Amino acid sequence: MPLITNSKTRPEYDVIVVGSGAAGGMTAYALAQAGVKVLMLEAGRNYDPVTETPMFQTPKDAPLRGAPTPDKPFGFYDATIDGGWQVPGEPYTNGSGANFMWWRSRMLGGRTNHWGRISLRMGPYDFKPRSRDGLGLDWPMTYEDVAPYYDRVESLIGVYGSNEGLENTPDSSPGVLQPPPKPRGYELLIKKSCDQLKVPVIPAHIAILTRKQDYLTIPGRLHPNNPKAAAILATEMKKRMACFWATPCGRGCSIKANFQSTTVLLPPAIATGNLDIITDAMVREVTIDKTGKATGVHFIDKETRRDRHAKARIVVLAASGCESARILLNSKSSQFSHGLANSSGKVGRYLMDTVGAKVIGQIPALENCPPHNDDGASSIHTYTPWWNYQQQAAGKMNFARGYHIEFSGGRRMPMPGVFDGIEAQTGGAYGKKFKAEARRYFGSYITFAGRGEMIPNEDCYCEVDPNVLDQWGIPVLRFHWKWSDHELNQAAHMHKTFAEIIESMGGKATTPIETDGRKAIYRPGEIIHEVGTTCMGADPKSSVLNQWCQAWDVKNLFVTDGGPFVSNADKNPTLSIMALAWRSADYIMDSMKKGEI
Amino acid sequence: MSTSENKMGRREALKWLAGASAATALAPTALAQGATTAEVVTRSATDPNLVKPVIAWKGLLSESELKTLTALCDMILPQEDQSPSASQVGVPAFINEWVSASYPIQQADKLTIRGGLAWLNIESLRRTEKEFADLTEAEKTGICDDIAYLPKTKPEFIIGAIFFAKVRDLSATGFYTTTQGMKDLGYIGNVPLAKFDGPPPEVLKHMGLA
Repeated sequence: MPLITNSKTRPEYDVIVVGSGAAGGMTAYALAQAGVKVLMLEAGRNYDPVTETPMFQTPKDAPLRGAPTPDKPFGFYDATIDGGWQVPGEPYTNGSGANFMWWRSRMLGGRTNHWGRISLRMGPYDFKPRSRDGLGLDWPMTYEDVAPYYDRVESLIGVYGSNEGLENTPDSSPGVLQPPPKPRGYELLIKKSCDQLKVPVIPAHIAILTRKQDYLTIPGRLHPNNPKAAAILATEMKKRMACFWATPCGRGCSIKANFQSTTVLLPPAIATGNLDIITDAMVREVTIDKTGKATGVHFIDKETRRDRHAKARIVVLAASGCESARILLNSKSSQFSHGLANSSGKVGRYLMDTVGAKVIGQIPALENCPPHNDDGASSIHTYTPWWNYQQQAAGKMNFARGYHIEFSGGRRMPMPGVFDGIEAQTGGAYGKKFKAEARRYFGSYITFAGRGEMIPNEDCYCEVDPNVLDQWGIPVLRFHWKWSDHELNQAAHMHKTFAEIIESMGGKATTPIETDGRKAIYRPGEIIHEVGTTCMGADPKSSVLNQWCQAWDVKNLFVTDGGPFVSNADKNPTLSIMALAWRSADYIMDSMKKGEI
Repeated sequence: MSTSENKMGRREALKWLAGASAATALAPTALAQGATTAEVVTRSATDPNLVKPVIAWKGLLSESELKTLTALCDMILPQEDQSPSASQVGVPAFINEWVSASYPIQQADKLTIRGGLAWLNIESLRRTEKEFADLTEAEKTGICDDIAYLPKTKPEFIIGAIFFAKVRDLSATGFYTTTQGMKDLGYIGNVPLAKFDGPPPEVLKHMGLA
């Protein structure tokens, strides 16, 4: 029987993993499958997507028809538990002029339960951005070093997409990707216009199963020398169903068709018998011995509100970039007066999010469309990867890094606000005319969302706020933020591009087209791609971790979430977090075998 | 239509779902430890039971406010051949639920709606010495035409127009999130399909893609 209470755990573990999301789940999976005894500590509650996901519930069944509220910021049915931009009893603060928004969730599986499932690989350029344009930082390894782990993660979690051979948009190895779904109608219409504009539109890479995974072959390929691990994975993989083209992925998935740590990583990890999990366990500090080695962690048992200590030979922080930085900064001692693993002074520095901007367009060609089912795979079927690498290299653009475009639209389930603002397009229609206009306009709107690369800078960081505690007695984070012109110009360029696409489709923008990037850009943190607070590097003086996510200062301490990122390409970070976490886990096992840690 | 050919029967879909749950039930994991759907309880407002939602507050609007609101909602979304009226699918009750919630947006809307309902009756009484709900269709239309389109509203009716726009937005939300409203729009998703074929030929033709 797997343990999930704090009263039945072992006296000591090989590895403690803090966090259970993309990073923690991946780290625990790789280690437990290799026979390592792992204790996972999760700050939120136990959560089971199989029984708790509202699969076919409609807005009518929910309070306020499922509209977003401060309690459930992405709507009632969003999977997030005890989370959002604010977590009850767990505040954060902003320094002067900063307005960073920090999304957290307090549940097993963390943010993987509700995320968009967009799984784009970082490309060769993305690992060496400074070498290319002199800005930001280079990673201490290359795309080729990480590529095998991308293949492994994609095979394990199941990603649909295609190999297009485009610049800095890597192909997966043959047989790794699942077939992409057919484009929806509005996606075909976008492609027609974008072809004329020479803007590429290709199948997106999304962590949703379009067919049942090959559970007879994939497990053996992923665990070639470990038949027990392969058998365990095969058993769990077999339980996952292919997408049945209904219900929003943000609610979670009871048939396990999309990737969640709780449906894909944790079940096989638990089945090994090597993983114990304690939920409602809020880690506050990494403990060390006299030689400066990590010995375990202190955590608050949220039910009893008592402090506990768990011991292990190795500690892996995977609590999210900012939360892991917070734990390190709060782990002060006479040996580490500025926080643990912080001799470089870089813990908390180079915080990044993704540049976001959006425009909504109304497209006459989509009006009065014959009814058809546009639900599809819930997420995007197609997208536009960045296409202006050469223009940037030639110095023809006023921002240095790229963005991709996500399109959403179609005849999707009506949600609260479904016809807000239609007054302007219908001249204030009401009565039978309103109903006719609603039929006409339903499904004729497309949201164009840009997701772009932010360059790390000295003004964006988090630190411990010395004046504020959370309800567990843990000092909270204070954020600082300043966009550079690269991000602001990029956001303005997104609006310009979206306006061009909408115009070429014969449509009209129904939201403002901003030429000022400050008006176009989302707030920092709002895209929920927090990375970069425990940067890796080749030099201990200027980085927190080495390329294996191992702390330079503390050999048996690792950080495997978004913290190690030294750049934040427009490729959504979750897939890369998992690839790096698996790579780090292999290094941990190798070092343990060699007796180095 | 090709999508309806793909549509699984309800029984088949239920079997599929049951199969998914059963497969998991065979090998219980810590994730499924002891919890069944029925046992999942609401712990707090930030952790509600998503499978069996509960609305945890009562409606504040009085009977007379609801009467006025019902008359207005049905002017915005009247009964016709293709679909029922707003009140026939519970739109006034939804707006009552909305304005009775304690969140900031809903609290602001409460002021707009309650104040607006009173304003609407005052305006009706001024014109006809009757409350809005008791007006003839033509009299109701007379008032609605004055407040239905904010950009062209006379200054003395701007307050009414802001109120009308809010009721129209909320009525649309309340109406089109019901089964009948979705049917009226031709929304045919939220059903499991064996495969996704993309848009059928008549849609491609409509979009100028075929």
